[in-house]
Amino acid sequence: MDYLKAFLVGGAICVIGQLLMDLTKLTPARVLVAFVTAGAILQGIGIYQAIVDFGGAGATTPLTGFGYSLAKGAMKEVKEAGLLGAFTGGLKSTAGGIAGAIFFGYIMTLLFSPKSKK
Amino acid sequence: MAGKRLGKQTLKLSSPPSVISNAAIVGPKEGEGPLSQYFDQILTDDYFGEDSWEKAESKMLKEAVKSAVKASGRSNTNIDFMFAGDLLNQIVSSSFAARELQIPYIGLYGACSTMAESLCMGSLMIDGGFAEAIVCATSSHFCSAERQYRFPLEQGVQRPPFAQWTVTGAGAAVIAETGSGPYITHATIGKVQDFGIKDANNMGAAMAPAAVDTITAHLNETGRRPEYYDLIITGDLGNIGKAIILDMMQKEGYDITKVYNDCGSMIFDSEKQDTHAGGSGCGCAAVVLNGYIAKEMKKGNINKVLLIATGALLSPTTTWQGESIPCIAHAVAIEKTIGVGV
Amino acid sequence: MKTKMSSKQYEQYIKDKLPKPAYLKNCIAAFIVGGFICDVAQFISNTAKSYGYNQEAVSSITAASMVFLGAFLTGIGVYDRIGKFAGAGSIVPITGFANSIVSPAMEFKREGFVFGVGAKMFILAGPVLVYGISSSILIGIIYYLLGK
Repeated sequence: MDYLKAFLVGGAICVIGQLLMDLTKLTPARVLVAFVTAGAILQGIGIYQAIVDFGGAGATTPLTGFGYSLAKGAMKEVKEAGLLGAFTGGLKSTAGGIAGAIFFGYIMTLLFSPKSKK
Repeated sequence: MAGKRLGKQTLKLSSPPSVISNAAIVGPKEGEGPLSQYFDQILTDDYFGEDSWEKAESKMLKEAVKSAVKASGRSNTNIDFMFAGDLLNQIVSSSFAARELQIPYIGLYGACSTMAESLCMGSLMIDGGFAEAIVCATSSHFCSAERQYRFPLEQGVQRPPFAQWTVTGAGAAVIAETGSGPYITHATIGKVQDFGIKDANNMGAAMAPAAVDTITAHLNETGRRPEYYDLIITGDLGNIGKAIILDMMQKEGYDITKVYNDCGSMIFDSEKQDTHAGGSGCGCAAVVLNGYIAKEMKKGNINKVLLIATGALLSPTTTWQGESIPCIAHAVAIEKTIGVGV
Repeated sequence: MKTKMSSKQYEQYIKDKLPKPAYLKNCIAAFIVGGFICDVAQFISNTAKSYGYNQEAVSSITAASMVFLGAFLTGIGVYDRIGKFAGAGSIVPITGFANSIVSPAMEFKREGFVFGVGAKMFILAGPVLVYGISSSILIGIIYYLLGK
């Protein structure tokens, strides 16, 4: 059941992205910036948690989920460490993803070269 | 001087130089296209044995020049000048090829209009008595162009249906004071046109007005009708630009439908090769001219051609700054025999 | 030439000559691939939970694994093909974020490992990090002020 919910929620968020790319003049990069910011704001006002509770990985895997993690982490750290938490909390909770991206990215670059397109 | 200027943009050469040899080298994808039989060399891979796309492109340009020079019966030492350009920043493909070739070199930037631009300038120099033989060359490479203007190759992006595919190809022509044709009889120099297109994926629509401006200048100033030519061919307006130019030319009072074609539309089979609106890049006009058109002229199937190569004069910086895309088109008239018409 | 058109007029003029993207096909492809990638993440998440990790660890493990997948598929030259078909379905998930880091890093290897790979890694992901982190900091500050 949770696989179905993840599929539906994740798919729906991607469709919103596709419509933005096809119907507006927004480039993919701008759509991603909009999504990560939207995810953070939606968590800030308390809405995104409900989407995560329902959709599981369908809500955390798209880039809106990255914004959600950042905001959630910041808010949690503020509760525990005061104002400083606003600065440390976001990166603390997303450290695994960011570090992985940099490290695995570097490894893959060492191993592979770009192929020409057919 | 007055006799050579037919108007604001068109020049009539008093001693038309001959195109005495051609060479066209293409990448694997172009070699699988409808014109594959016309190319002199088809590479098996885009790296051409080099370790970067830029080096591969420069090697293609260099080899195209060497082939054309060899076919002309001359050697590097008795080619007086080389006019060349390409799409890369600071036209490095051409400059680094010139380093190897050691022919006195004039670098040009006309984006995809460079093939016509180089033939215009080369012919004027010969007609002016400043040279006996000149090589005109240009190149483009899909991978080096994507890397500079658009996205890294491995990035997952969707290209819109009106996007074009930069041709991996290099073409060169040797033109000389003495020869038995085909002759370059006229050069029409373009003016920059910008009708406000900002989308770098929509090149055909951006460049069409420039082509219209140059073709109408040429026809008005020479007094020729479109049917004078067997072929009026643009460099890379693609399938979208094609529809636009035919309509805009009608508005100017010229019906070019019967003789018109576009190198970008011809070089790929957009259905089978998934190239959306067709080919683009300096190499597109270069390989179609020096491969297909040159051979068809030898066979006698084409006798009079007007080549209008179109270029989009943008840079990634201007796009990010929200600028629109200014474009230009240069034209050369190439005819098997002289003395007919204007 | 005789024709004079303003930018707006030209844009109108060419509108019917420009082919439109296949909207429905693109949305369906984005939905299916995006949903599938999320299910892969769900599977990893469930597996980590079954090993007894707490919620925070599960999130980090899932994120790092998905990033690894995206990076690997980019390295072997498959992710761009998925992207051509799936559009937003491959760009929006975190695997797309990995792709946007690895693809320029691979592309600019020729310019060396410091200024090529090292610097270019973030040409596409940089804005995501800047705006994501900045908005989370702002939200944190607002949350702190509201709590006082």
